[in-house]
Amino acid sequence: MGMHIAHIMASCMGGIRTSGDLVAWMQMTRKMRIHEAKAYVAEKLGVGIIDLTDEEIMRDIRKDLGIGTVTSIAGGPKGIRAKYRIADLLGINIRSVALFKSQMGLPG
Amino acid sequence: MNNQIVTRMGDGERVSLSAEEVREDIQAGTADAAMRAGVPELTAEEQERLFEIIADPSRIVSVKPGEEVIVTDDGCTMSFYSGQDGGGVGVPLSRMQAVLTYERACGADSTSLGHSDYSYKPVKPIINFEANDYYNISMLTTAPFFYGAQPNLGLYFQPDGPCPNAAELMPMGKIDEARRAQEEAAGHLTKDLVFVGSRLADVGLEGLNFDTSGSAGDADFMAALQAVAELKRKVPDLPILMGASGEFILGMHGEVEYAGTRLAGLYPQEQVKVIETAGADIAGVAINTATTESLPYNLSRAVTFVKAASAASNIPVHANVGMGVCGIPMMEQPPIDSVTRVSKALVQLGKADGL
Repeated sequence: MGMHIAHIMASCMGGIRTSGDLVAWMQMTRKMRIHEAKAYVAEKLGVGIIDLTDEEIMRDIRKDLGIGTVTSIAGGPKGIRAKYRIADLLGINIRSVALFKSQMGLPG
Repeated sequence: MNNQIVTRMGDGERVSLSAEEVREDIQAGTADAAMRAGVPELTAEEQERLFEIIADPSRIVSVKPGEEVIVTDDGCTMSFYSGQDGGGVGVPLSRMQAVLTYERACGADSTSLGHSDYSYKPVKPIINFEANDYYNISMLTTAPFFYGAQPNLGLYFQPDGPCPNAAELMPMGKIDEARRAQEEAAGHLTKDLVFVGSRLADVGLEGLNFDTSGSAGDADFMAALQAVAELKRKVPDLPILMGASGEFILGMHGEVEYAGTRLAGLYPQEQVKVIETAGADIAGVAINTATTESLPYNLSRAVTFVKAASAASNIPVHANVGMGVCGIPMMEQPPIDSVTRVSKALVQLGKADGL
């Protein structure tokens, strides 16, 4: 168990603490290599590559964009509501979001 | 001045080596990988950078800010609630609680769900339970949420499955019969992988992981490739991660091919190409750790293989860094000093897109 956490601390982006989930979506949905995926996300967020793993910067961006923050804010978007916004922000298809939209009668 | 460097053996034992011994092991490791796979050795500069990572006196090392990569996993969340034989810590959490803890408390870039057996065949009869859990949890997760398991062709041979046991036929000299049995089993496996993937896709599956593909040899790997291609035909927008099980594909059959490429004996830089051809979105590579060799030797081998695979690939390459692969010591609790050195070296020198 501790092994996974050690990898995350040593070399990984930090998930929803920063922008790791956003970069992961680009690898999954567009087959982007790491540098291309980071550049794409940075451009969409209007920040530099170095900022993508800066908690102090990403915290405010995530809160302002409503794409989920790591600490739980009552009433703040998380889960499918955050992913709905992430799909729109990145211009990608997230399959769970597409199902949610179809159930809600929202345009795909 | 103390010239000794504290490092690990491949079974996790702490050892003290001289700087010269560490450099010799790095050279021997990269030479071994290069010779086996027919790829370039690490350059002198890369070997020196690897030496600096290994010799760093800090207990924990890391990449520089801006160099971070993506982490995917092979059932990590199961480690929260499972027991020793699953590498688990036995905390009584539900699967949903484990997934959300991994996402929110650990800061994982992606999360996953898997059946405790972690093979696709046992999922088939309980697919509705898995689909229900997946769907419910996917409404709560923010990070990408995979469903993962191993193809595991071995479960299709008697007495566990319907096909004659190839491993029993081969020692009897019944090679043709063993090959036919593997081909028949591979057909069943592909159908099951497509069945499970399709049913989960119906409930909004965000990503599918064929983990440890090829564990029963080349027919196992072929079945996974065929399933990737079929799922991409049926559900083009389904992201698929296909990971290998070892540094070369075991030729248990010896003759099976995918898209004109014989699969037996493929090394990582060749594995990623067939995975890419099948249509997968992320390729996973796994390099064997030798328990009787040092971490400098094992890590040097792993970096050499991963660097070649990353250079050959057009899709993201994630290095498998679980117990006993890619330089991680083969033990239940891999020491954090070795884990972080493997992590840093595979990103900085192996050019992995993820772990």
